[in-house]
Amino acid sequence: MTTGRDLPKPHFTDAEAGAQEFPDSTARRFNYYTPQKRKQTHYEDVTVEVQPDPRHYLAQGWLYGFSDGRGGYPLDWTALKAWGSDRPEPKRYPGSGGKGYDWPATGWHEFRDPNEEWELTFYRYNSNVVRQLNQNIDAARQSKAFEQWNRNWVTFVERHLGAWMHVDHGLGLYLFANANRRAPTNMHNNAISVNSMHRIRAAQDLALYNLTLSEEVPDFDGAAHIETWNSDPAWQGVRKVAEQLTGIDDWCEAIFAANVIFEPLVGELFRSGLVQQAAPRNGDFVTPTVIGAEEYDYAERDLRYTTAMFVLLTNDREFADHNKALLQQWLSTWVPRAIDAARTLQPIWSQPDSKPPRFEDGLDRAKSRFSGILSDLGLETPKELAQ
Amino acid sequence: MAKAHQKIQELSWEPQYHEPVAQYGTDYTFEKSQKKDPLKQVLRSYFPMQEEKDHRVYGASDGAIRGNMFRQVQERWLEWQKLFLSIIPLPEVSAARAMPLLFRTVPNPELHNGQAIQMIDEVRHSTIQQNLKRLYMNNYIDPAGFNNSLRNFHNDYCGTIGRQFAEGFITGDAITAASIYLTIVAETAFTNTLFVAMPAEAAANGDYLLPTVFHSVQSDESRHISNGYATLLMALADEGNHQLLERDLRYAWWNNHRVVDAAIGTFIEYGTKDRRKDRESYAEMWRRWIYDDYYRSYLVPLEKYGLVIPHDLIEEAWNQIWNKGYVHEVAQFFATGWLANYWRIDPMTDTDFEWFEYKYPGWYDKYGKWWENYNRLSTPNGHHPIVAENVDYVYPHRCWTCMVPCLVREDMVIDEIDGQVRTYCHEMCRWTDVEAFRPTYQGRSTPNMGKLIGNREWETLYHGWNWADVVSDMGYVRDDGKTMVAQPHLNLDDPKKMWTLDHLRKMGPVLSPNVILNEMTPEERVAFKADYNRQGPAGRPAPVDA
Ligand SMILES: [Fe+2]
Ligand SMILES: [Fe+2]
Repeated sequence: MTTGRDLPKPHFTDAEAGAQEFPDSTARRFNYYTPQKRKQTHYEDVTVEVQPDPRHYLAQGWLYGFSDGRGGYPLDWTALKAWGSDRPEPKRYPGSGGKGYDWPATGWHEFRDPNEEWELTFYRYNSNVVRQLNQNIDAARQSKAFEQWNRNWVTFVERHLGAWMHVDHGLGLYLFANANRRAPTNMHNNAISVNSMHRIRAAQDLALYNLTLSEEVPDFDGAAHIETWNSDPAWQGVRKVAEQLTGIDDWCEAIFAANVIFEPLVGELFRSGLVQQAAPRNGDFVTPTVIGAEEYDYAERDLRYTTAMFVLLTNDREFADHNKALLQQWLSTWVPRAIDAARTLQPIWSQPDSKPPRFEDGLDRAKSRFSGILSDLGLETPKELAQ
Repeated sequence: MAKAHQKIQELSWEPQYHEPVAQYGTDYTFEKSQKKDPLKQVLRSYFPMQEEKDHRVYGASDGAIRGNMFRQVQERWLEWQKLFLSIIPLPEVSAARAMPLLFRTVPNPELHNGQAIQMIDEVRHSTIQQNLKRLYMNNYIDPAGFNNSLRNFHNDYCGTIGRQFAEGFITGDAITAASIYLTIVAETAFTNTLFVAMPAEAAANGDYLLPTVFHSVQSDESRHISNGYATLLMALADEGNHQLLERDLRYAWWNNHRVVDAAIGTFIEYGTKDRRKDRESYAEMWRRWIYDDYYRSYLVPLEKYGLVIPHDLIEEAWNQIWNKGYVHEVAQFFATGWLANYWRIDPMTDTDFEWFEYKYPGWYDKYGKWWENYNRLSTPNGHHPIVAENVDYVYPHRCWTCMVPCLVREDMVIDEIDGQVRTYCHEMCRWTDVEAFRPTYQGRSTPNMGKLIGNREWETLYHGWNWADVVSDMGYVRDDGKTMVAQPHLNLDDPKKMWTLDHLRKMGPVLSPNVILNEMTPEERVAFKADYNRQGPAGRPAPVDA
């Protein structure tokens, strides 16, 4: 059967580590960056420096630019600054040599995603989430758990829980995925793309849950979420601010407004302050696991990298004050918008038969959570929060 | 699953109050129309599918180490991986960064879901490849060149050539970059050779990890190709785009040929110890994967939708590979400049010669002598590295556009732009710089077209420098402070065979061909060009007139 087949033959080459001693024979670590802690982590090894920077190693500079002649990842795509940002790119000319500033050249490169996300961690985490959700929903279906829902709760889920998927989808794509082209390091952009996928996954989780409910619950209107999102007055505040968030040009402002302001004041308020509270009181023990997955993404992972990212900037050795002033300005702009959206949503608190805790109490909790995040970042609670 | 996919279509919505930010421009126009998401990928199944693939990859990695794979790996192969794996994670992640360029410019939200999945696929590819490189660094005999991989890639001229295959995705006209250059040409045509041919060659050299990783990467590729196809069909729907499509296909095809064939061609032909006669040459692979599969089966059928196919350039790329020795010329140049690199290039042996002659009749007459000289000069013995010895090789000028040197000497052309005289490896590269990447194209305004920027000629940065200082400046020195990372052989056992900065110190300075060209009078330049065009093959000086 194998006649005539000429296969490569293995050869003993002894090309394994340690077979000989010579200069560099034991130099087995990436030497072009300084780790955040004492030892280089696996995450750092697969992430740091993949995206080049003309300020340190990129000797010949960026090679392709937009029509204005700018290439790569311009630092002024955000108004925030990390130390070193104002130094000009090293000049090149005949005989200039290729060396730039010593690594890292700017404070931007000091950011590390505390979640240490790369492909292995990312797929493991998200596979676990979708598997868990599938199991929960299957178990609920088999135990006929949906039959205990009262009519008002069915309506609440089909409309209001359903409307939230549009927030996730819109921000996931047009704010987070969009921002993955904008930041000056691979660490930022990878963390942002992971955040983007959390939101897109959460949107699909809700959509597919909605599909299951249309199949399982008599008279569940699987299309009601579209109408609610498009024209229910209670949702138009959220929609307005979600759209406005996708209109932000400055990538730091976009991440900050979404993860530091909108999520605690609107996202968590809706998910934890309303859905998680109201569901069990109305006989629904399934929805909290679906919405809880997203809550966990935000609270335990996306907020974590966001905090690490902005803490660096508010403590920057050169631009801390500049950054704080700008962030305060962004707070003054976005907090009223978020509060407005939250208040516009208030009517839905009274729709379930068994009422959740009062809207005002939920909002107070959201505000104090929000103030806590700000103090972690070294920022002041803006006066607009009182609205 | 069909129902699930149908359901997630309900997620896309149009803004009512505020438009999302528009950060990228295009000169293409798109009619808004209902489109189908070509990917039909639901994350509920996507994540577990990818995780399953990961299990296989990481299982194989553990197995390779437990099974002492590196006792059978060919050093020649692994050395070239120092270059390849320094380059490829950036193009991968740049493909991720490119996806948002399409959000506003292609007004079909149905396509955006697929683009977001491609984004995270590409993050996957980038980090899984970095991980492979890390594993090589930890387990292969010589970690030098892996350990300073990304600094090297960023300051080396080979890295610069490779970087086009990344920066071209993320800048300029959004459709030119993220659709035509990235998906229609780079992914659909050239990742076939990258991800299909490279693994086969790796395996033949005792490396079965690279195949595991790259097959896993390749398995995502067909989805990306569908993304590109959907966008292309939409672009074709508008007659006004045809001129731009023609321009972009010509540019993207030619640049990919220049860059990818240079690099992958060299890895496959000169980075292997597998010299079985029935193993396909790069030219044979190219004919099969790129000419037949891409050109004949993918591109040509698009003609009926009005796409103008660059038939002439497909044939010309083949002509370059088959008749003009493009890959051989590039490999010879890499070896000439071994001292400016960060991997070791060993001499070709009689077995290699025989294979080359069999696959490329006439090869020995052109390149044989030079490689014999390379062998003769490979260990220090009172002579200089080959670049500074008289071996009938004229150091080439750079192509301003593709940054590969002008190696097929007869094709070199010159133009003057913004007061600077530039050399190009081929008329097509001149056209790319002078005509395509401009704010008007054939009289049509193209305000969104990108620009060629940067310091595109590596030698100029080091004009007048001593070679020892050049290599130190770039950081290609081992931990004894003097032995070079690069070597023109694979001997690690005898320190006396290793080249050090001390050897380089004795050489003359680096001179920038472009600086010298610009110092010439116009008459001198005419004579220079006439002479250059008569040089070669194999970099030989022009024959002396009788
Ligand atoms: Fe890829
Ligand atoms: Fe060229």
